Amino acid sequence: MVSELLNTLYVQTQGVYLRLEGDTLRIQHEEITLRNVPLHHLGGLVVFGNVLISPFLLQRCAQDGIEVAWFTESGRFFGRLAPPVSGNVLLRQAQYRALDTPSTRLYLAGRFVEGKLRNSRLVLQRAVRERGETEALVRALAEHEAALRALPQARSLDEVRGVEGNAASAYFAAFGDLLLTEDFSFNGRNKRPPRDPVNALLGFVYALLLTQCTAALEGVGLDPQGGFLHALRPGRNALALDLMEEFRAWWADRLALTLLNRKQLTRKHFEERPGGAVFLNEEGRKVVITAFQNRRQETVQHPLFKEPVPVGLLPHIQARLLARYLRGDLPQYPPFLAR
Amino acid sequence: MDGEDELLTEALEDPGGSQEPLPISALAQYTYCPRRAALILLEGEWEDNEYTLRGARAHEEVDLPEGLLREGVRVERALPLWSERLGLVGRADVVEFLEGVPYPVEHKVGRRWPRELAQRAAEVQLCAQALCLEEMFGLSVPVGAIFSRAERRRREVAFTPGLRAATLATLEALRALLGQERLPPPAADARCKHCSLLAVCMPHLPEALKGLEDGL
Ligand code: SF4
Repeated sequence: MVSELLNTLYVQTQGVYLRLEGDTLRIQHEEITLRNVPLHHLGGLVVFGNVLISPFLLQRCAQDGIEVAWFTESGRFFGRLAPPVSGNVLLRQAQYRALDTPSTRLYLAGRFVEGKLRNSRLVLQRAVRERGETEALVRALAEHEAALRALPQARSLDEVRGVEGNAASAYFAAFGDLLLTEDFSFNGRNKRPPRDPVNALLGFVYALLLTQCTAALEGVGLDPQGGFLHALRPGRNALALDLMEEFRAWWADRLALTLLNRKQLTRKHFEERPGGAVFLNEEGRKVVITAFQNRRQETVQHPLFKEPVPVGLLPHIQARLLARYLRGDLPQYPPFLAR
Repeated sequence: MDGEDELLTEALEDPGGSQEPLPISALAQYTYCPRRAALILLEGEWEDNEYTLRGARAHEEVDLPEGLLREGVRVERALPLWSERLGLVGRADVVEFLEGVPYPVEHKVGRRWPRELAQRAAEVQLCAQALCLEEMFGLSVPVGAIFSRAERRRREVAFTPGLRAATLATLEALRALLGQERLPPPAADARCKHCSLLAVCMPHLPEALKGLEDGL
């Protein structure tokens, strides 16, 4: 799959060869040319897995300041071609400046939470449509409406986090009602360590999603640790956690629910340790990873670009939008809003 | 398929991170040298701690020679531990269950550390494990053991009121440390020679700088 967005070419088709042909980038599969992309309006090249790039094309990218980023097929970042004159230092400077500017920090934290609230609300609304109202669902929806009204009034990071926290606890209080199987139940979120299969599954899917968000940020040259909503801690990818808020419910939670409700995951995929910690076993992890990767390939209509976009690219698009906002290119940061 | 190696990072949901539990192993680090604990927790100089080893060690067998395990006792290796009450999380190398009562066995940390300090650090860590086990199983855990690979023997440790108090005090000190911006001053003593963070810490640098100034 090859997609072009915001002047960046994303290549996910395995086994293709990218080469320079005059002023054009040619995508070839064996002897067949799949596509020609003029270089002059290309700003970045992102490749996943087994995609070959010719040395001449790489040199040209370096020369023209076209950033190249490499990811594994499953989406883990492992490197970037930094052209001699790259925007990275300026971008990071802009990022750190924004971190030091309380109003900008508050604004961005608010946008991430807004994205989370709207997308969580969507998941709850869909559940109501599909299986009718329950007390917890109605309450969670009301909490989300209230949170969305309260959010613009929040005057500090703590207030933003408080709004998010209220909605999240109502959301997880209703989450058990989204399970349509007798085999599993959910009685609240716990994580370190997870103490039931549903929590074990959620923790695992969140970790997968977090690596995607981290990779996407690294891909555009942002520091994944420099988060606006999440507190800064060494070793914690706070910005990736910020970005992930937009995708938790709509991507991770729904994937987890699908796997359980369709009985693709059963009790035999989990392992319980004495004292109560529960983990996915190897077979269970395999099921989840496969489903996660399949989901990355599915396309959705992007609300901003009005074209179909693979789900796996959404964090990359958000990362680029964020970079544009931080560099002063965009007046706003638009969170991803599913529909 | 890659992916399993990626799961070492945690996707925390609490944006403020105020409820974050501390790794049990940090108690041992703090006992050895507060600056060492700070370098690990505040500066991200991760060593062998729960965060980095979590996934990798999950199913790894802890290498305890069979003869040093008690016979006829059920054994759990790399057992996840936690305490909501104390805000602790970690793993026990080995927990033996004798008639249902957990008995933690800890590999001695920092084999090259000075003996007495290593012992105290291991005791505090073991006691923290016992406190977690008590909460998890709702039982009292009176004793555990420290296993020394070098000496190929185990030494029993009783969780006396004194040791429990010392463990809780260490936990409190560790929390206070996390609230600080600056690193505690270096120990710059015999401990440093055996400390794996020597190169990062540079404990003798302040003295050296002072000497440089005096020489001018
Ligand atoms: S080198 Fe010395 S002062 Fe520094 S952390 Fe290690 S023991 Fe502490």
